[in-house]
Amino acid sequence: MRISNIENIEIDLLLEAIYRRYGYDFRSYARASIERRTRQFMSHAGFTYVSDMIPRVLHDEDLFSQLVQHFSVSVTEMFRDPFVYRAVREEVVPLLRTRHHVKVWHAGCATGEEVYSLAIVLREEGLYDRTTIYATDFNDLSLEKARAGIYSPETIQDATRNYQKAGGGSSFGTYYHSQYGAVRMDGRLREKITFANHNLVTDSAFGEMHLVFCRNVLIYFNRELQDRALRVFTESLVQGGFLCLGTKEDLRFTKAASHYETVNGQAKIFKKKGFT
Amino acid sequence: MRMSFDQDTTLQSGYKAVVVGGSAGSTVVMEEILSQLGRDFPVPILVVQHLHESDDGGFAEHLDRTCQLRVIVPCDKQPVEKGCVYVAPANYHMMPERNGTIALSVDEKVNWSRPSIDVTFDSAAHAYGNGLVAVIVSGANKDGAEGMKTVKSCGGIAIVQSPDTAESQVMPQAAIEAVNPDYILKPADIAKIVTQLVAPHGQGGLSNDRTPEDPDRR
Repeated sequence: MRISNIENIEIDLLLEAIYRRYGYDFRSYARASIERRTRQFMSHAGFTYVSDMIPRVLHDEDLFSQLVQHFSVSVTEMFRDPFVYRAVREEVVPLLRTRHHVKVWHAGCATGEEVYSLAIVLREEGLYDRTTIYATDFNDLSLEKARAGIYSPETIQDATRNYQKAGGGSSFGTYYHSQYGAVRMDGRLREKITFANHNLVTDSAFGEMHLVFCRNVLIYFNRELQDRALRVFTESLVQGGFLCLGTKEDLRFTKAASHYETVNGQAKIFKKKGFT
Repeated sequence: MRMSFDQDTTLQSGYKAVVVGGSAGSTVVMEEILSQLGRDFPVPILVVQHLHESDDGGFAEHLDRTCQLRVIVPCDKQPVEKGCVYVAPANYHMMPERNGTIALSVDEKVNWSRPSIDVTFDSAAHAYGNGLVAVIVSGANKDGAEGMKTVKSCGGIAIVQSPDTAESQVMPQAAIEAVNPDYILKPADIAKIVTQLVAPHGQGGLSNDRTPEDPDRR
């Protein structure tokens, strides 16, 4: 048996050990990413084989929490894919306007960059005051950062450029305050955001959403887990509610496809069908 | 290491997938290689080029026009099919999975690059093992060299464009220094050898040490 097949067994055992010991289920994550992150962590922590790691992970909670952080690293940026935010403005906002109160679920918000982006769009479109945004992630450390809304000046530079491309109607500088070499997002953007822990692997729907925003989260799941997460979204959305995925994520390969019609194929914005 | 292609009689065959990586100066080279491959090419090809973040598939469309093979930018979980070229989308890493689909990720840049050649080569090496043919062409940074090491250690074949034919020599040179490549060739020869390596057993090379029964074959 070749070495990478042996490693494959070792990773199965590691994920099983993590699940049974700590309840975190990475068994249904996209395998190539988990393998890559396991190898990176292994060489960083000085292990030769994945199986060397298993007893340590089982008995050493600190090592485990480092590993979980490493598994759940998420890289995001403000107004990532500016054309998507433009499409939200042009094709989603007009329909949200017809709602008395707008409920948005940002699933897998990571460190919050895209939640603030969405908040800015809704604010500029005059919808923010009657909106509630539920921003969730399973990683508490990420949620803490999201809640704080403090970012590096470099993040803000890129954000400013993207904001303009996304059709921003104001000066981006009005949305943050510089302090101690970092920037903090304006508190008013946070007023309608509720940050909460939610795990798409294990937790269930929470309901009556008009927009579910979940970009570049499903790519880290395998197909079964993608189907599960999409079922949770479908259950959470009202009829005619919108689902916005990452630009390279597609319903095409999932069981959820029949529940949605495409609003914007490039921006991956879908609309939940009514009873058919 | 072989420096030329001349109906190599020791050539092996039956390889299962091809990965190609390049950056600066690689567009012409990739076009030259891919346009020589026939419509009935028997395995999938994964291409990683350092694209600008704003590329929305223009490079793939260009290749699709100039090649007989179908060239697409895959979505996440896209099944990998033979005779199809998958170009890593700008701003995503592309990883072939063991189950025959493509996974994308937005993980940190590697070698200042996303997509990174190392990331794709690494997961391809684990997914295809000794059934992988990896090609590095012109490029201006060292991305791909680490990936080549993994390809070699998993038993795959390493092919590098000869630096004197490359517009940017840094990438091929780094790959050559990182591993002892199986072949260092000019682009036209790369196409010929790749074709032979992926030919089904008994139709391409004369090798007999890679029978389908080999337990290490996937």
